[in-house]
Amino acid sequence: MTDPDDHAASLEEYGRRVRAWLEEHASGLPADPGLDAARAFMAALYDAGYSGITWPAEYGGQGLGQPEERAFQQAARDFALPLGVFGIGLGMCGPTLLSIGTEEQKRRYVRPLLRGEEIWCQMFSEPGAGSDVASLQTRAVLDGDAWVVDGQKVWTSVARQADFGLLIARTDPGVPKHQGITMFVIDMHDPGVTVRPLRDMTGEAHFNEIFFDGVRVAPDQVVGEVNGGWSAAVTTLLHERVSIGMGAARTERPASFAALSDAARERGLLEDPAVREQLVDLYLQERAFDLLNARLSQEVRAGIQPGARGSVSKLLLADLTLRSADVASEILGPESVAHGAEEGSGKIARALSWGPGMALGGGTNEIMRNIIGDRVLGLPREPQVDRTVPFRDLKVGTQEKEAGR
Amino acid sequence: MRLIRTDEQRELAGSVRSFLADTAPMARVREVAESDEAFDRTVWDRMAGELGLAGLAVPEAYGGAGAGHGEVAVVMEELGAALTPSPYLASAVLAANVLLRAGDEGAAKDLLPGVASGATLATFAVPVQGDALPAASPAAGAASGGGHELRGTAARVLNGAEADLILVPADLPDGSRAVFAVDGSAAGVTRTPLATLDLTRPQARIGFAGTPARRITDSPEAVSAALDLSAVALAAGQLGVLRRCLDVIVEYAKLRVQFGRFVGSFQGVKHRLAEMHCVLEQAESVVRYAAWAADESPGELPVAAALAGSYLGRAAFGVAKDSLLLHGGIGFTWEHDAHLYYKRAKGDELLLGPPRAHRARLAERLGI
Repeated sequence: MTDPDDHAASLEEYGRRVRAWLEEHASGLPADPGLDAARAFMAALYDAGYSGITWPAEYGGQGLGQPEERAFQQAARDFALPLGVFGIGLGMCGPTLLSIGTEEQKRRYVRPLLRGEEIWCQMFSEPGAGSDVASLQTRAVLDGDAWVVDGQKVWTSVARQADFGLLIARTDPGVPKHQGITMFVIDMHDPGVTVRPLRDMTGEAHFNEIFFDGVRVAPDQVVGEVNGGWSAAVTTLLHERVSIGMGAARTERPASFAALSDAARERGLLEDPAVREQLVDLYLQERAFDLLNARLSQEVRAGIQPGARGSVSKLLLADLTLRSADVASEILGPESVAHGAEEGSGKIARALSWGPGMALGGGTNEIMRNIIGDRVLGLPREPQVDRTVPFRDLKVGTQEKEAGR
Repeated sequence: MRLIRTDEQRELAGSVRSFLADTAPMARVREVAESDEAFDRTVWDRMAGELGLAGLAVPEAYGGAGAGHGEVAVVMEELGAALTPSPYLASAVLAANVLLRAGDEGAAKDLLPGVASGATLATFAVPVQGDALPAASPAAGAASGGGHELRGTAARVLNGAEADLILVPADLPDGSRAVFAVDGSAAGVTRTPLATLDLTRPQARIGFAGTPARRITDSPEAVSAALDLSAVALAAGQLGVLRRCLDVIVEYAKLRVQFGRFVGSFQGVKHRLAEMHCVLEQAESVVRYAAWAADESPGELPVAAALAGSYLGRAAFGVAKDSLLLHGGIGFTWEHDAHLYYKRAKGDELLLGPPRAHRARLAERLGI
């Protein structure tokens, strides 16, 4: 048995070492220093022992516990680490491989993922399968010694930089939709894989479309069981929602109460009771959201897992993001949507354009409300007409209508 | 900042909950609410005596248990959930906080031990904007011992008809304001019970006609601090109401069948319940924060209390209303409990002033 005091002392020491390392290697680093610099940082982070802190040592992790991970996260909060491009791999693909991947897959992929040598993406959504991902149509057909993949994915982050990706594809259309899906590791450099940036409503391309044309995949690249890919995908998506909602405290908020009340004061608008009312509303919404996230973090530290309650955070963040941009435009008026190129201008216009993305990505608000109702409150599910019908007999997406049938 | 309960607080919640389940189940709550009784004396005596709750946050030097406002919040949450008609809010929260914050050592020594033991049922006439206060003037004659006399009316006083000790703000001849202590049986006190929407929280109009009164404090800051502490406790009670309203409608949505389906399976119902749950999660976080600030971070209390007051009043009434509505027609009946919670939520929302008053305080304290 370890003396708890010794353990606390060594944790403190661990946190101090992390902080010292970060101060030396991460101070003054821009959040987006370019791909080469980001990879170099990730390699240094790994070599210092701070990547994959809780991941098993035999696959390249550090084999430490949650307390060390939290000590790292706590120290890292004060630094802008250029980890964005590795986020999908570290947060979703890696954990999926560790839980259901084969021994060979873990040995082959985990260490380079942790060291930033190989970047990962996740390919689930399709044009015809958004909220209902299980109705996906991208297919993989066994042809001799390989699976042949054809189809299209969408809303894929970091696909342009990615070396590998986790794909879910239809492997048996003759069974109900959840039962005929398989997960694969895809080599993103395969000539049959085409990645196209998807320009979204912000005018930028945060996501990509991916086209698969006869991509041959070896059977040892199946993750989990053939036709057993759905449960892994569900777990992966839950990770995503928790991280989207709970990471919110660290993201920049151009339309925060603090920023907007300062702006209103500078413009002499605080005399206007309508402006004060809007600011009070925004404060209440923002503060309640932040306090909820702080409470969820304290619960996690106390050993209470948030589970599906991560969806509460995600839903509230989406609403806060949309509403704060809206309130900002009401307070600041026309200048929020017609601005020059001066430093700091255009923030509210960008927030207005980005807002809907928060309410759609990682599950729409309606899907979040379903999850909260079903999994947090334990309400009866809606009768599902597609649970027992073979996939090939289902109506899917909007294709039928588009084909004029 | 601590936003989750301590083990001791969880234990306290459990014992208050089982005590209320045994002694004040819903059938008894309705019986008391519909009778001329303001509350169940036996339950209150046991709460004060056996459980020692009346003096929970009163220092031991004044006969209390010396616990914190976090513990008071725990009790209030349980009382809110159970909808117990109880003088706890008037006596152990409002009046006790005024006496604690007044800074009048003599008054605290004289009056707090009775409040803390439950022997004295005290209340505080919360000053609400727009209400005229009684007028105070120095009492004539040597027998008054430097005391004052009150004339006028306190418009709405929680448990005002039953209180042994009435703390009441009044205007002094020089235009300043002070809080006075009045013995409920003193000369010139008349009490008129009011018709209250919330039958579980009786109120009375109290008239004073040359009533002898003891000056407790003339510090607006002391009154403000006492009201902040009370707003936090009230918010905890509102959280209890909110949580119970949501629990009840979620259970009902799992049982009630229409169109061949459990009503909770319809998205029109499910999504509203999900929204209500989001409100609950945030409301609980706000209450935990405010209760923590009340004990551990006095500098944050003014904003935290105004936040709790602004958030919880609207949140609890909104959820109580939606809970009633989602029950369908049964929710509109007298027989169903939904209206009792709805009315409690509305009454509590206005008890320390309407939401706009809490919001105005919040805006002022945020510097906007």
